[in-house]
Parts: sequence; structure tokens; C-alpha cells
Amino acid sequence: MRGNKRLVAIGAAASAAALVLSACGGTDPGSGGEDASAWVLTGGSEATFRSSFETWNSDNADQEIATDWFANDAYKEKIRTAVGSGSAPTLIFNWAGGALTDYVGNDDVVDLTSRTKELQERLVPSVLESGKIDGKLYAVPNNNAQPVILFTNNKVLEGAGVDGPPTTFDELLDDVAKLKRAGVDTPIALAGQSQWPELMWIQYLADRVGGPETFNAVIDGKPDAWSSPEMLKALGMITQLVDAGAFGDKFGSVVADANADAALLHTGKSGMLLQGAWTYSNFLTDAPDFADSGDLGFANFPSVEGGKGDPANIVGNPANFWSVSAKASKEQQDTAVDYLNDAMWDEKYVDELIKNGGVPVTVGAEDKIAGSDQAPFLTFAYDMVKNAPNFQLSWDQALPASQAQALLTNLSQLFLGQKTPEQFAKAMNDAS
Amino acid sequence: MTVADRVREPRQSTSPPARPRPRRLGPSLWMSAPAMGFFAFFAVVPLAGVVILSFTTWDGLGTPEWAGTANWTSVLSDPVTQHAITLSVILTVASWLVQCPTSLLLGVFMAGRQRYRAVYSVLLFLPLLFSAAAVGIAYKSLLDPNFGLGTALGIDSLNQDWLGDPSLSMPMLVFVIAWCFIPFHSLLYQAAARQIPRSMYEAATIDGAGRMTTFFHITLPQLKNTIVTSSTLMIVGSLTYFDLIFVMTNGGPGNATRVMPLDMYLRGFRSYDMGGAAVVGVLLVVVGLAVSYLLNRLGGSSRMDSQMEGL
Repeated sequence: MRGNKRLVAIGAAASAAALVLSACGGTDPGSGGEDASAWVLTGGSEATFRSSFETWNSDNADQEIATDWFANDAYKEKIRTAVGSGSAPTLIFNWAGGALTDYVGNDDVVDLTSRTKELQERLVPSVLESGKIDGKLYAVPNNNAQPVILFTNNKVLEGAGVDGPPTTFDELLDDVAKLKRAGVDTPIALAGQSQWPELMWIQYLADRVGGPETFNAVIDGKPDAWSSPEMLKALGMITQLVDAGAFGDKFGSVVADANADAALLHTGKSGMLLQGAWTYSNFLTDAPDFADSGDLGFANFPSVEGGKGDPANIVGNPANFWSVSAKASKEQQDTAVDYLNDAMWDEKYVDELIKNGGVPVTVGAEDKIAGSDQAPFLTFAYDMVKNAPNFQLSWDQALPASQAQALLTNLSQLFLGQKTPEQFAKAMNDAS
Repeated sequence: MTVADRVREPRQSTSPPARPRPRRLGPSLWMSAPAMGFFAFFAVVPLAGVVILSFTTWDGLGTPEWAGTANWTSVLSDPVTQHAITLSVILTVASWLVQCPTSLLLGVFMAGRQRYRAVYSVLLFLPLLFSAAAVGIAYKSLLDPNFGLGTALGIDSLNQDWLGDPSLSMPMLVFVIAWCFIPFHSLLYQAAARQIPRSMYEAATIDGAGRMTTFFHITLPQLKNTIVTSSTLMIVGSLTYFDLIFVMTNGGPGNATRVMPLDMYLRGFRSYDMGGAAVVGVLLVVVGLAVSYLLNRLGGSSRMDSQMEGL
């Protein structure tokens, strides 16, 4: 009996050990003889990605690409460890910027400059630029451009005696005052709880005041770049807006993930909203009546008098990108590059993207857009992207990860009035 | 082990008939091998890994590089960490002050056998069924200043900047965390209060004790061990609490709710400073273990005296 018991225990221990060992093994997508793989994000351009990969796999049975699908946050946490441990998929979905710089620095992704020549000719140059590091192309755009746009509720603006969106910063301040007087408590909707929408304001203001150089100095690691006179002026303008009550007094509880900021605009509680182009599709689903009524306006960010930046410059996410893993086998890399050259941004891809309300990043898409259901908005956004001398990637993506989080926290404190522009600049200089 | 033995020693020598020590009671120690194996593999090994990681710099890519004590000095002198430590202490103390008395009173109330109390108990336990993420998202929507509860009910004073005002966000978190955990602790107190023999209350009533007197002189002392257990769970739980705060405020506004576990997460998985995150992790483990050990010693639960001597 006793011996029997011991036997059972040892058996259990052994099976536990076996379990543990098998859990560690895992798979190694990097080894040869396997299909190329891609990890793709759900939501957003999911439909376009799905149809593209399905078409590719049915047309190229010998070069299949296996896909795994992830939600945004889950993906961001998983991909870095996967790349770091050499078990990344062949096609690495990314946002260019700081993370791509890290990948390139560790030789995790391959140089695509000469292998995707033909594809590059089809793409808008300002977007393509984001995938380059030191002049070499490491990432190619794979979905719609997401410029940041000033959305307006024209009915609310008219009710306060404001005609059309502001074209200069002073006009913006005037409009805020007029809206306040007309009883609009939150003239501009801002999702302060989510923090990243606050970034859009400083990105545009810094560009309008000092041009792209203002932030490029930060990226290039110039000492005290955050306390340049241009940056301080832009930061001061944020304080000016907050003090004028432009965002109301409760913006800190407004959540962008739940589209509460967009809701403020379409329910007429706010007159303006600075958000990414993707918000347009939220209006289409959440408030179709508002989107169709003609009350929804869209404009580029106002200019700043005496500022150095070109008012046609835009900020936002130029697109999402594909990079090819350097750890993948030769065959897998070839499959991935063939896919990028042959299947990305063909007619069908562009059609699919436009159908889903996305702004394509290919040149010469005007006709396709003009024929779509959402022609006015898509034409506006497409022209904005195509004509932009500079498309600044969102700062939290452009900066190394170590600084991005500090930026969001400090910026949130600036908006709350817990930090002055000088204190913000000092904290950021220290963090970089 | 040794401490506990020493405490128990005099007791054994005074117990009258010196029974021969039984060779071994219960099943073979081998039965615990799978559990020990899992514990070693999933707790001890990762813990050692974290300690080693705290002396390296690693951004998640490439290989970790030895950094000596650089992480420790930089993290400990970082005002963000110091702020996080203060916030963790505040959250822990505030949570305990809110949860402990409330759940004790509710638990004793629910220990009564009346029908309406049973109905109330069932309703009170509902929060136990919800996941923290769901609770967080629901509360975020309820607390929205423009489209939340205040607007729905038409009560303007409920339309505060609950999660966006640095002075309101922490009290709000303490409230929601209490909402989630009071049912669980009430359950503990309810069970413990039902264990108290009725004869004690009967005797006290005969002696002329009122409700308040019986509560303070019978119920409360009888619940002593439960108070220690529940407080340990509350305090260690609040020190390491993460999910609800992550969903509701993500450390914001600014740094106002960036408690230690969140600081660890943001360092590790947002800033990719794995070394710095490991330092915060080690701090949490040390503090958590020390606090639970101290509570056990102070509460005297290592002796676990019977509270019912003479019955």
C-alpha cells in the first residue's frame, strides 16, 4: 500500500515535470522548411488584411503565409519579446519610429531598399519616408494614412456666431471665447484620460511655431532640445488654451477608447475635436445622422502667426508598416518580399481600403476616392496627406520607448496645470 | 520553523501524558512533490530571474547586460518611484481603513439568520462574480462627466471630474476597489461570526449585557483571527493591486495613481526598462513578504490559540 502510494506520487511528479518541459519548448518560427508567417492586428484595416492574405494564399499555394491575429495592446506586448528572443514572425507589423530604430539597431529586420523598388514608386513619399532609417528602407506602409484632423460641429459653431473652422491660433482662441459665451462648457473635446490625444495638440503647435526642426532636434538627441524657445512657446500655448477653458474643466475623465470625445462633438456638447482620421469611421457608425447632416466639418490645424512651420504640414500616423524579420529563413524572407511587391497596394487592395473608409497611401488614387461613398472626407484627407511637405509621426511612436512614457505623463501634468512649460521641458530634458 | 518550534516547546513539556511521538501522520511527503515542483518552477525560478534581471540593463531586445547596482541607485533616487511608494502606502492604508470596518460590520450583520439578511447577502456577493477589467470599464463609463451616471440621473453634482482630477482619482480608486473586495471579506466575517457559540451571547444576556457590549466584548475578540487573516489579505492585496487601476486610470492623471505595481508595469512594458522594472518588482516582493510575516507575528496567529477555552 505504501509503496503503491509512493509510485503514484512519483508518477505525478514525473508528469508534472513533463508538462513543464513541454511548456518551455514552444515553436520556433525561425527554423527553415516552414511557411512564412505574419502577425496581424484586428480592428482598423483588418478586413483589407484578411482579404489580401486570403487572395495571396489561394493564388500562391507554394508560398503560403500563415497569419495570427492580435488585438492592439496584446500585440504590442508580445511582439517585442518575440523579436528579442528570435522567434518573431516573418512579417513584423509595426508603427515605424522608435521601435523600428531598436529593431534595426539589433539587426532584427532586413533592408528592403533595393528589393521593393517597384512598390516604392506607387507610394506617397512623405509616408514612405517614415519607414526609412539613415536613408535605408526597413518598413513599408500596409494600410491607411491616419493624419490628425480638426473635426468641427458646424451647427454648434454657427450657434455661437463662429463661421467655419479657425485658420489661425488667435482665431482659435477667439472661437473658444465665443463658444464659452454661448454656453458651450467644453468648446473643444479632449480625451485627457487617454493621454495620447493631448499629444496631438503639442505636436501640431510645435510644428506650426518652429517647423519640423523643433521636434527633430529632440529625435537627434540635441541637448536641451525640449527647452528651445520654439518648444517653450508651443508648450505655453497649451497652457493658454487650458487656462481659457478651451477643453472645459473635466477633460481629465474623458476616455478616447470609448469614443467619449467624439460623442461630445456629435451630441453638440463641443464645437471642435482634434483627432485621428479614424474618428471619421466612428462618426459613421455611432452617429450616422450627424455624419450625413453636413454639420460635420473637417480642417487642417490652424497656423500660428509668425510661425516657421508650413501650415500644410501634418502629424499623426503615416500608416502601419510591414518589416521583414532578419531571423526568418531565406525562403520565408523571399515569400514575404514577393508578397510585399506583388500583393500590397494592388488595385484590389486600394479598393478594399477605400471601401472601409481608409485613406490610401498610394499616388494617383484620386479617381477611386472620388467615386466612393465617402468622397468629400476621403478627398480632403487624401489631399492633405499627398500635399503635406512633412508628415510627423506621432511623438510617442517616434521617440525611444524609454522617453515616450515620460512624455505622456509629463504632458498630462502640463494639461492639468501641475507643471509649467519650463518644468515640463526640464523633466523631458532629464528623461532624454 | 525553528521559531514556531521554540514557541511550541514549553507547551509540549507541560501536556500531561507524554505520548510517544507518532512516527508520521498523514500521507507520504512525496504527495507534495508535484506542488513543490510547480512552486519551484513558477515562483522560485522566476523570482531568482527577476533578482538577476534587476542588476542588468535590458530593453526586451538583444541580450541583458550586467549593470551592477546602477538600476538600484537610479530607480531608488527617481522621484517617480518615490512617489509610487508613497501612493502605494496611501492606497494600502486607505483601503484597509475603508474595507476592514465595513466588511466586519456587514459580515456580522449577515451572520444573522433573518430572511431579509439572506437576500441582502446574495445581492452583496454579486461584485465577486465580475472580473476586474469589466468592473473598471463599467465604472469608467459610469463616472464619465459628460455621459455618465450624473447625466443619466440628472444629478449635476455627480458630474465631477472623477478620474481626471488628481485629488479625486485616488479616493475614487479606493472606493471602487472596496466595492470589489468588501463582499469577499464580509463572507469571511460572516462565516467566522456564525462560528461563535450562542451560549456566549446567552450567558452575556443573562448578565445584562446590551447589544453594543456583546459586540465589543464577545463578537470582536472572537473574530480576532479572522481580522488578522482578512487584514493580511487586504494589505498584501492592496500593495500588489494592479488590474483595476490599470484599466481605470493607467496611473493617471499625470502620476496621481501610479502605484508600485503599475510603476513596475509601465517601466517594463511601456518604457522597456526591464532592469528598472525588476528593481520595483523585487521591492514589492520584499515588502509584501515582510508585511505578511509581521502581521502574522503581531496577530499571534502563529500560536493560533483557541478562542473558546472553557467551553
